[in-house]
Amino acid sequence: MLLTRILKNDLGGQLLLIALLITTVTVALLNLAVPEGHALHISTYTVTLLGKYLTYGLLAIAVDLVWGYLGILSLGHGAFFALGGYAMGMYLMRQIGDRGVYGNPDLPDFMVFLNWQELPWFWLGFDMFWFAAIMIMLVPGLLAFVFGWLAFRSRVTGVYLSIITQALTYALMLAFFRNEMGFGGNNGLTDFKDILGFDLQADSTRVGLFVASALALALGYLSCRYVMNSRLGRVAVAIRDAEDRTRFIGYRVEHVKLWIFTFSAILAGIAGALYVPQVGIINPGEFSPLNSIELVVWVAVGGRATLFGAVIGAIAVNYGKTYFTAAIPELWLFALGALFILVTVLLPRGVVGLLQQLKRKQT
Amino acid sequence: MKQLDQVRDTFNRDQVWRFLQPRPKPNELDLSHGAILYLESISVSFDGFKAIDDLNLYIDAGELRCIIGPNGAGKTTMMDIITGKTRPDTGSAYFGQRIDLLQMTEPEIAQLGIGRKFQKPTVFEHHSVFENLELAMDSDKRVWPTLFAKLSDEQRSRIEEVMEIIGLQKQSSQLSGSLSHGQKQWLEIGMLLMQNPLLLLVDEPVAGMTHQEMDRTAELLTSLAGRHSVVVVEHDMDFVRSIARKVTVLHQGSVLAEGSMDEVQNDPRVIEVYLGE
Amino acid sequence: MYPRTQFKHDTENTFWRNLRLFGLLIICTLNLPSLAADIPAAPDKAEDKLQLTGQIDTEDEFSHALTLLRGKSFKDKLKAIDTLAASRNPKALHYLKALLEAKLYYRKDDQKIIIARRADKGYALIDPESGENLGTVPKREIKKITLNNAMRRALREKIASLSLSNPDPNVRYAAVDEMLSSRSKGLAATLKTLIDQETNSKVRKLMQVGIALGELDGDKPAKLSALEYLAGNLHPSVRNRIQSMTEDPSEDQAVVTAARTALKKIEDKVYFFNTLETLFFGLSLGSVLVLAAIGLAITFGVMGVINMAHGELIMLGAYTTYLIQQAFPGFNDLSILLAIPAAFIVSGLVGILIERSIIRFLYGRPLETLLATFGVSLILQQLVRSLISPQNVPVSNPSWLSGSLQINSVFSLTYNRLYIILFSLLVFAGLYLILKNTRLGLQVRAVAQNRAMARAMGVRSGRVDALTFGLGSGIAGVAGVALSQLTNVGPNLGQSYIIDSFMVVVFGGVGNLFGTLVAGLSLGVANKILEPWAGAVLAKIFVLIFIILFIQKYPRGLFPQKGRAAEN
Repeated sequence: MLLTRILKNDLGGQLLLIALLITTVTVALLNLAVPEGHALHISTYTVTLLGKYLTYGLLAIAVDLVWGYLGILSLGHGAFFALGGYAMGMYLMRQIGDRGVYGNPDLPDFMVFLNWQELPWFWLGFDMFWFAAIMIMLVPGLLAFVFGWLAFRSRVTGVYLSIITQALTYALMLAFFRNEMGFGGNNGLTDFKDILGFDLQADSTRVGLFVASALALALGYLSCRYVMNSRLGRVAVAIRDAEDRTRFIGYRVEHVKLWIFTFSAILAGIAGALYVPQVGIINPGEFSPLNSIELVVWVAVGGRATLFGAVIGAIAVNYGKTYFTAAIPELWLFALGALFILVTVLLPRGVVGLLQQLKRKQT
Repeated sequence: MKQLDQVRDTFNRDQVWRFLQPRPKPNELDLSHGAILYLESISVSFDGFKAIDDLNLYIDAGELRCIIGPNGAGKTTMMDIITGKTRPDTGSAYFGQRIDLLQMTEPEIAQLGIGRKFQKPTVFEHHSVFENLELAMDSDKRVWPTLFAKLSDEQRSRIEEVMEIIGLQKQSSQLSGSLSHGQKQWLEIGMLLMQNPLLLLVDEPVAGMTHQEMDRTAELLTSLAGRHSVVVVEHDMDFVRSIARKVTVLHQGSVLAEGSMDEVQNDPRVIEVYLGE
Repeated sequence: MYPRTQFKHDTENTFWRNLRLFGLLIICTLNLPSLAADIPAAPDKAEDKLQLTGQIDTEDEFSHALTLLRGKSFKDKLKAIDTLAASRNPKALHYLKALLEAKLYYRKDDQKIIIARRADKGYALIDPESGENLGTVPKREIKKITLNNAMRRALREKIASLSLSNPDPNVRYAAVDEMLSSRSKGLAATLKTLIDQETNSKVRKLMQVGIALGELDGDKPAKLSALEYLAGNLHPSVRNRIQSMTEDPSEDQAVVTAARTALKKIEDKVYFFNTLETLFFGLSLGSVLVLAAIGLAITFGVMGVINMAHGELIMLGAYTTYLIQQAFPGFNDLSILLAIPAAFIVSGLVGILIERSIIRFLYGRPLETLLATFGVSLILQQLVRSLISPQNVPVSNPSWLSGSLQINSVFSLTYNRLYIILFSLLVFAGLYLILKNTRLGLQVRAVAQNRAMARAMGVRSGRVDALTFGLGSGIAGVAGVALSQLTNVGPNLGQSYIIDSFMVVVFGGVGNLFGTLVAGLSLGVANKILEPWAGAVLAKIFVLIFIILFIQKYPRGLFPQKGRAAEN
């Protein structure tokens, strides 16, 4: 079977997927089947929080794919994530219909507020889910493709590439902050009502989104693992380790980079699209260069070039963030900063690398 | 400028218009005049320093050629030009009669059948010996075919054959990063063999090898000649003597002398360059 | 947090545009300093003389006029203004100015005329004659002296002509300027009588402009010669007057043509100076970029370290300025000079600390240095938030940095911008000399080119690394001092500059100080050129996109390092 073939020799991945399956089923049951107030009941808040972590996990896989295996430190994956999120947000905005504050059936609230007369062309079609679904993948994918085509063709590598991906995110953030762009400016898109006809506030919808996130994470993981198990995956690692050599044995390094980068951007876009209905808002802050760097550290904490490590890192760091920002907010940035330093200096292979090292010592 | 050249080309009456000539495919390599590589009046300079100065070099099909020369003679730069890494300021480089190497990228040149071994052995350290050879294997190297590629039995036995030639069967699943320096050199030569190139460019193949290993390398390279054209750049004179039929001496970016090892060694200009005045 | 600074630039800019539009207004406020400051100054000798001649005969008239001012009749008040002006008593000027600014009141209990300003509780009173502070009273104890437009006109004229006899040429200049702008009827005649006595050439010139303006109302030849004289003159009233002449159907055709030519000349000149101003704004923005980026050019270009904490080192420099100002509250003008070396030391030491404790483990792994130093930047930010304040802190500007160098009525160079250009050039030159001519510079370049070789030659590369990083960081601190004079000083200060700084370094070509200079200045100018028609944010986006595309075409920047070493 395909599944067993993909997961052969991937103990971490097997464990991850099993854990994911168990958690998803338990959480869904404990939320829906166990009545509120019962000791075992899991609140919808927790379900949504977990769902959010899972989308971060998918985002982290996308980053690990290009950073861990291809050696491209992208500081722009936050942008792909946000673009996917905006595409979903636009769909959700159109679903509001005339239930907005201004009750205008044709225009979202912020456009009425800004005195727009008609829907801009790039909003057309977003009232249909299939269209939005395509855009969720197409927009980040296309941006990554064009950007990558330009950058990889002219052999912009390493630090330069990181810096210009950061500039890209920054430029997008500035652009989305502008009201004239037609994406809600500073406030972004929010006040969503329902998705595919289901009420976004309902417990069952929340659980549904959580399950969808888990599913997306599992599929994302499997597809990434499939690519990395293939010869293409080995070529990617070869590029990471000796780019010139790979070129001299006849691989078109630019093309390999371009396709994997684009694929990774699409994954990030899907993660963003699942993230938005769960948190209920998307604003230009998601484009902030800070976010993009932060998600690199998730991968670093978990362990580069392992895929499941990225998921573990994303969940662990974000759990820490949730905990710290609620308990001792001043300490969070110190902790995050220290994490960046400690992981790069002391744990270059992350938690997974540490575990592997310990295991090797035992045997 | 490019457009201008095209226009000039159009008015050139003494040859068929370039755009009317069929684009050659790699397997159609035209060796009708016996030479596989033509480098003509090539010059390249870095920041005013002329690394290659009006270089003319012809390699015959099936030939084993050694290139020697003092440091900075332009040996590595010459290989960079042939493999597309460096573009010369002037001159032309043809593979066979028709293929203009200066118009092509590194992977295209590699696909044409020019393989290169670097001065410093570079293998893919996070891959096993087997995987290194698999990656180098002559196959469809575009993205999608690579994604869905499966190893056929024939290919597998080819890899095993090469592993035997380079003596690394036992290390088949060992990460190549953990190999010794000499073994890495061999692995790289093995990767060259997997590419099945028409022309092999081998930069200092025996650096860091023991005498035994050197002898085996010499044996291997000589056995390759005939079916493949081989260009060896080497410092070790004993090694060169043991394999060379024809030697080219580079000095300050151009050919100083060419001929058999004995002829070259007795050339007063070569002696002057190597021994000083 | 990024866009906030953007908007600040934006508002700063429109602020200046406005100031320029109301150029006239500035001149008034600049040259007629506030009354409270004006009065206590010891009277000049010339004023003494005036007092001696005029005082005795007019004492009664003077006080009578003041009584009239308190009355209700505007006619009486007008008369009072005339009398006060005619008295040639220097004190009269204080009354008239205060009246024009609608700050003249009288106390209800003793009917004394006073100057009142709105204060915390009620109004602060000042004696118009002595400048003495008379305490604060609630609003009901005083009554305002009302005025109408006829009075305002009269006041302006009288103040101007009174000021014309002031010994200070600047005051006289402002007075003539005021007269030109109000375009009173007998202007040319008045100026003709005064021009012979005028000794200051600048004032004379302005007077001639006024006379020529008057002649524009004369006959055709007078008009033509006046137009010829006025062509290219940048005074706003000249421009307005000529503009209206070109549109006046009653004018002679030849006059209209001459007026058009004159106007064209004026507009060309205005355009020229506007371009010059854009260039100046651009260069000053560019200098800020150069200052922020030049330290990075060293750590990134020479050492290959991506220091994401560079912005925070700039921030530390700005906070050092703040702390030094807090420590020496009375010495605002000098403390900034002290802040420059202090910031260099503070940021430099922090830089050395970062290098020794973190970066030295990461050489040759630039992407890792990026992540680790980003962690440092988060810690430094939070440290400032926790130790000082999460809010912005006020940093005051020394007096010699405020104000501007007025070249003409459409073009002025603000001192803070001017100094920042000079300062960044100075820092650049200093850094260049250090790298070129000192032993440290030689060692730095040696280590940058070939670490192993340099070590073999006996260079202690660890020490050189630490010092180089310290130097780059110290420069960041100095940049912080400069930035503290231009933008808000807060924990996020560094973040708004880090991306720009990297852009400048990458655009200029890594490892090339001159590249950084050229890149910074040209990006600054480009930004300012784009700003008027794209807006500040969009201009910035365009510049970013331009750089992204530029790097695709020229991956090694404007001034790439060439040669074999750069190839590998």
